[in-house]
Amino acid sequence: MTAISARPAAAPAARSGPRPGTRTVYVWELRKLRAQKRTFLGLGAALLVPVIFVVGLLVDSSGGGPDGVAFGELVRETGLAVPLVCLTFGAYWLIPLITALVAGDIVATEDQNGTLKTILTRSVERWHVFAGKTLAAFTYAVVVLVLYVGSGLLLGGLAFGFDPVTLLSGTQVSTGHGIALIGAGTLAYLMPVLAIASIALLLSTVTRNSAAAVVGALLTSLFMQVLGALSALDFLDPYLLSTQFNAWMGLLREPIDWAPIVRAAWVSAAYAVPSLFAALTVFLRRDVTA
Amino acid sequence: MSPAPVEARGLVKRYGDVIAVDDVDLTVGAGEVYGYLGPNGAGKTTSLRMLLGLIRPDAGSAKLFGRDPLVEGARALDGVAGFVEAPRFYPYLSGRRNLELVAALDGGGAAERIGEALDTVELTARAKDRVGGYSHGMRQRLGIAGALLRDPRLLLLDEPTTGLDPGGMRDMRLLVRRLAEQGITVLLSSHLMGEVEELCDRVAIVRTGRVVYEGSLAELLATTAGRYALRTTDDRRAAALAADRHGVSDVRFADGGLTLSADDEAVTALSIALGEAGIGIAALVPRTATLEELFFRMTEGEPAATPAGAERAEALR
Repeated sequence: MTAISARPAAAPAARSGPRPGTRTVYVWELRKLRAQKRTFLGLGAALLVPVIFVVGLLVDSSGGGPDGVAFGELVRETGLAVPLVCLTFGAYWLIPLITALVAGDIVATEDQNGTLKTILTRSVERWHVFAGKTLAAFTYAVVVLVLYVGSGLLLGGLAFGFDPVTLLSGTQVSTGHGIALIGAGTLAYLMPVLAIASIALLLSTVTRNSAAAVVGALLTSLFMQVLGALSALDFLDPYLLSTQFNAWMGLLREPIDWAPIVRAAWVSAAYAVPSLFAALTVFLRRDVTA
Repeated sequence: MSPAPVEARGLVKRYGDVIAVDDVDLTVGAGEVYGYLGPNGAGKTTSLRMLLGLIRPDAGSAKLFGRDPLVEGARALDGVAGFVEAPRFYPYLSGRRNLELVAALDGGGAAERIGEALDTVELTARAKDRVGGYSHGMRQRLGIAGALLRDPRLLLLDEPTTGLDPGGMRDMRLLVRRLAEQGITVLLSSHLMGEVEELCDRVAIVRTGRVVYEGSLAELLATTAGRYALRTTDDRRAAALAADRHGVSDVRFADGGLTLSADDEAVTALSIALGEAGIGIAALVPRTATLEELFFRMTEGEPAATPAGAERAEALR
């Protein structure tokens, strides 16, 4: 044996300066997302649907729009109707799927790859890590939605003009007013989307499996749609997350129907807050064994 | 007096009916290079995870420089670095980018040490490459670099040479030696005896979750001093003669000859007596057990009845 003669080890000096916190984790989570192909797959899908829709309308010589969809008959009159139709298309599946792809993966993938232990043995507290990841997943949902609606508005406007739009109540509003309402409607739609992201985060934390978390979040959405389709369970409708995906339409009326918006806010919060609280509790107490 | 870099008392971790870590006490003093030895599945990694606060013990406590990670969170890890199992990084980021990430999560002056850490582990030339393309050895070295960013006073390394080729193992040992010479306390888990003999001052040997020896490596090896192997022209007569002599004990037929225990004086007297009896001595050599032999004796066969200590080592004689 050759013992190493070391100079006496000292206890660590008291740490100076602020500790990194949620903001640091958040910034690096965004950088990690930017470095992953999956991120751009979701963004590409969010861009592709409006492109396909507008190109489909341009090559369709019949002159109509999609039947039975809010604002469907207006798409050739004004490009402002295009993002609203896209929002209806993407409400139940596309946007929740893209959101869940990241939110369901953001904790589980670190567990599966073993990198969770790498970041949890540094100088940030566990709750900072969770908060940073949650904010990054929410940011991704916002970016996806802005890209989806924004590209629909831009492409629709370029193809069919930025003309005034007729609301669901039959009132025509100016282009500027219409764009403002589209923005507000997007924010209203964001509420249940963030609730889906929260559920995906919970599943990601609990299952430690990305695929299970993504599929689980979507199945939750599907399950609520099935419940909503059963007439015997109509009394549940106002409390289902799936119902809140169309709440934004309340803003596209004159006067604005605030009731679905307010309900969407508290119903979404009722799903999101307990999910996030449960996820945080599990994350703080979990054994990191990967 | 400042608290010990590592002080674990009564650590227990169960997974269902399996007790992965069973009442483990561990004290690593400042400046020591401490070997935590045990076969795979003995509970070494689980112990290190508890020390780092990655998993919760079912009983007992673990403190690093007097601070409990479960109570004080990330603050308890100030001045502490290392990795359990293989160090893991983001494969889609470069080595340098990975270090920037962990440095950001460390704060302080960690980011300023990236260049120096890369130089220390000789990865500067590959720092811009994605970690996904790194060999196992390069990832191990990047793990060390990540640990060095924290300017640690205590390094916890879980089998740092596992999976490395001989050259990589040699380089890793040199690196650990260099860090220890800088005064960093090192707790090194391993099942490689040569590595531990080369690097460590003190060891704990763990078996099925329990510490079966804890103490100085030199003292452990010394417990087998006084054992000799003897080959003669007539082993049967030699055995009878040896067994009757004062100071000679535990005479056995083994390895094509005899083994016996005796102090220096008794063995000298025995060699003279053998000559006088007309028995030729072909070989009479001290038979000191290697750490590997001691390790196997402690970690194979029936579980030890006593948990730890010199009495266990004494029983091996």
